[in-house]
Amino acid sequence: MTTAPDSFLERAPLELRDWAVQLLPGPLQWLAHHLITVVAILAVFGLFFAFTTIAERKLLARLQNRLGPNRTGLPKFSILPWHLKHTLFGLSQPFADAVKALTKEDIVPAAADHFLHFLAPVIVVAFSLMTFAVLPFGREYLPVDLDAALLYFFAAGAATELAIFMAGWSSRNKYSLLAAMRALAQLISYELPLILSVVPVVLVTGTLSTKAIVLSQGYWIFGFLPHWFVFTPWGFAGFIIFLIAALAESNRSPFDLPEAESELVAGHLTEYSGFKYALFFMAEYFGLTALSGLGVTLFLGGWQAPFPFLEFIPSYLWFMMKLIGMIMFFIWVRGTLLRLRIDQLTRLAWQFLVPLALLNVGNAAFWVLTTHWAGPLQLVRWGVSLVIVILPFFFLGRSLSAGYAPRTYRYAP
Amino acid sequence: MTLALIFIAVLMLGSAALAMLLRNLIYSALLLIVSWAGVAAFYLWAGAEFVAFAQVLVYVGAISMVVLFAVLLTRQNHSAELPVEPATKARAATAILSAACLGAILAAAILSTSFHHTAAEAPATSVRQIGLELMHRQGAALLIVGVILTVALLGATILAATDPKRKPEDAP
Repeated sequence: MTTAPDSFLERAPLELRDWAVQLLPGPLQWLAHHLITVVAILAVFGLFFAFTTIAERKLLARLQNRLGPNRTGLPKFSILPWHLKHTLFGLSQPFADAVKALTKEDIVPAAADHFLHFLAPVIVVAFSLMTFAVLPFGREYLPVDLDAALLYFFAAGAATELAIFMAGWSSRNKYSLLAAMRALAQLISYELPLILSVVPVVLVTGTLSTKAIVLSQGYWIFGFLPHWFVFTPWGFAGFIIFLIAALAESNRSPFDLPEAESELVAGHLTEYSGFKYALFFMAEYFGLTALSGLGVTLFLGGWQAPFPFLEFIPSYLWFMMKLIGMIMFFIWVRGTLLRLRIDQLTRLAWQFLVPLALLNVGNAAFWVLTTHWAGPLQLVRWGVSLVIVILPFFFLGRSLSAGYAPRTYRYAP
Repeated sequence: MTLALIFIAVLMLGSAALAMLLRNLIYSALLLIVSWAGVAAFYLWAGAEFVAFAQVLVYVGAISMVVLFAVLLTRQNHSAELPVEPATKARAATAILSAACLGAILAAAILSTSFHHTAAEAPATSVRQIGLELMHRQGAALLIVGVILTVALLGATILAATDPKRKPEDAP
């Protein structure tokens, strides 16, 4: 880090919070301080969720040569004498969707276990929101500075599996239960490469604190190149594995088998309707956002600017820009790739990603052991590290697909 | 602080007791998970963040899945939710005997421990210190555990990798 720009924009939200807090009497101040943080996260990421859904629908539509939702404008409020007729490019669609989901009838099957059926969506949303607590959104914007922040992140995420099981089992529906088991198999399989892809970062930085991890990516190489972990061989491999595992963990295409929209009924959500279904949907997007945020924090430099001369832009804006970039990438992947089969999915995890992630941990260990190498040895360090990444990828990929000629497609003339 | 401790203790013990009383195995398993979460809450209360998160990650995240899968895969009969009487007197006697043995061991352990009545000072341990301690003093144990887990992981990968020849459309 060169200069710490304490510009007005950088400090403005903090100043606003402090101003609001000091209005209250003393004993309430710490409570207000934390409540404001919580409400800010809920508001920002609630809106972010709303606009992620509309962005996804719009982008997917463009990728499929459609228009997407473009009709929702502003409602005519009867008090107002005029009505703004503009459709706002359909940007108010998520709010219409929210109203629809809220007013829909909530149907619970007669045989269902009512308590668990109710509890599952609550747990899944609560725990997916909890993961946001340890993401550093900006230089000074870390809700909770934990020493074991990464461990907390994955511990909070672990409850999602439980909620999926509860949803599937409490519905008293064979298909729900089977789909829940499939979803669990997927989540458990991909938890391993996800965590293994994060270990190299912990190994190199020597800390589990997200704040310290971002700070350690802070200085510039040659004065202008960012020192983000994605620009090292082990970091790049880790980032790719992380991306794939994150896609699978958040049930995104091409790993969206648990509730493949076009093939199954709705997986473990079959018996959910109305706002409970919306809660699951919301939790899925929160999980995706949180995992993207973690990816940004670990590999893409967190809130750091990519170049020194761009540091005048507030850090939280950089974080949000990177986050939006990740989400756009995930939407792009969804529009591009085909869905996997369950056996292909688990095989990809256990035969390909886990060995590569394990090797990548060794690669990071090599990187740590050779930090003192300088001059031409630095080139050797990069070379060896690159070889550790590329050769296993190449040979493992070759051996796994050995004997399979490229499939030939024949079309009717 | 004491109030929180009492709440956590009631949560832990209550959910464990309910888990034993209920006849629905899934309920029991879920309540057991609540009890484990209570243990994590207790660690948090005691200021051991790292252990608490590890407890949640391992017990609530992983072991709970093993338990739930085991329950679902083994439950065969439809009468599992009906109340089951202790079948024979021998079985009841064995149950009481084993409970008494466990109780005796626990009581002996509690009675033979001398509690210091001075105000305990919470040691300020960071994850870094825990890591250094594990790497230096407990290095051998950590290494053995690590090797065992890695071998298990590699074994799983090899088991998954050696399946019979597949059809071309099975290509990963």
